[in-house]
Amino acid sequence: MLIPCPHCGPRDLAEFSYQGDATRVRPDPASTDMKAWYDYVYNRPNPSGPHREYWQHSGGCRAHLVVVRDTLSHEIISVAFAHAGLNTAEGRQ
Amino acid sequence: MVERESPLGAAFRPGRHGNLSAGPGLRISEVTPSGIAEAAAWPGMKAALAEVISSVTALSLSAEPNTGDVGPESSAFSIGPQRFLVTGGADLPARLAAALPLEIGTVTDLSHGRTAIRIEGARAGWVLSKLFAIDFHAEAFPLTEGRATVHHDIFAQIQRISPNGFDIYVFRSFARAFWLELCEAAEEVGYEVAG
Repeated sequence: MLIPCPHCGPRDLAEFSYQGDATRVRPDPASTDMKAWYDYVYNRPNPSGPHREYWQHSGGCRAHLVVVRDTLSHEIISVAFAHAGLNTAEGRQ
Repeated sequence: MVERESPLGAAFRPGRHGNLSAGPGLRISEVTPSGIAEAAAWPGMKAALAEVISSVTALSLSAEPNTGDVGPESSAFSIGPQRFLVTGGADLPARLAAALPLEIGTVTDLSHGRTAIRIEGARAGWVLSKLFAIDFHAEAFPLTEGRATVHHDIFAQIQRISPNGFDIYVFRSFARAFWLELCEAAEEVGYEVAG
């Protein structure tokens, strides 16, 4: 699987580290809703199809990325810097 | 003053090695510059950082990803969003730090921590392709550009300094192991270690 890093261009999967599900929304820190916290920490939907994920180009430019990947085909649908400001200042996209 | 020693030690064997049936296909040397620094910009400041580095080193840098420049005294290339690796004389890190306003970015002196290895020759891209999962063709890796990549999970930052030449910056503590592996990869085409 190749991931097209916005800074470095297409690179092998071995250069990247998976950083987790990017669809999660952290509950309000003051919340005492135990189910909301339980879902946030433990429950993952494991979808079949496009999935929004955090990756780090740990073996390259070290940037944190938001990758939309098809979990069925491993097609990379989109890649952007997780730091939104970099997408206009630095990115190729 | 303590003189800096090469980390290559006994692994550095000047002369010709490997398959020399067609002459050495490569020339490998240690070219660690006296000054190596990483310059990093705050978000949105990479173009301003490139200007400061250009003024200090007489290079021509832009904020475009992967781009760089090579001059007689210095070289620099982008190694990530907002970051450049810059090389030059022993006073480079201090001159860069003095010229770079804190509002634009910061400088980290890496002179003690990196070793530069130069590989030149028609088969340089072929040999490096055994070690790194990046494209070394000139169309994909143009002259003066740089790449930040890894070799077995250890960082390596590579700049194309001539049509068939690359400077590879590796951690000083990893340099001897990398040098030995590079020599082994080059045996197939024959290589000359420049002493």
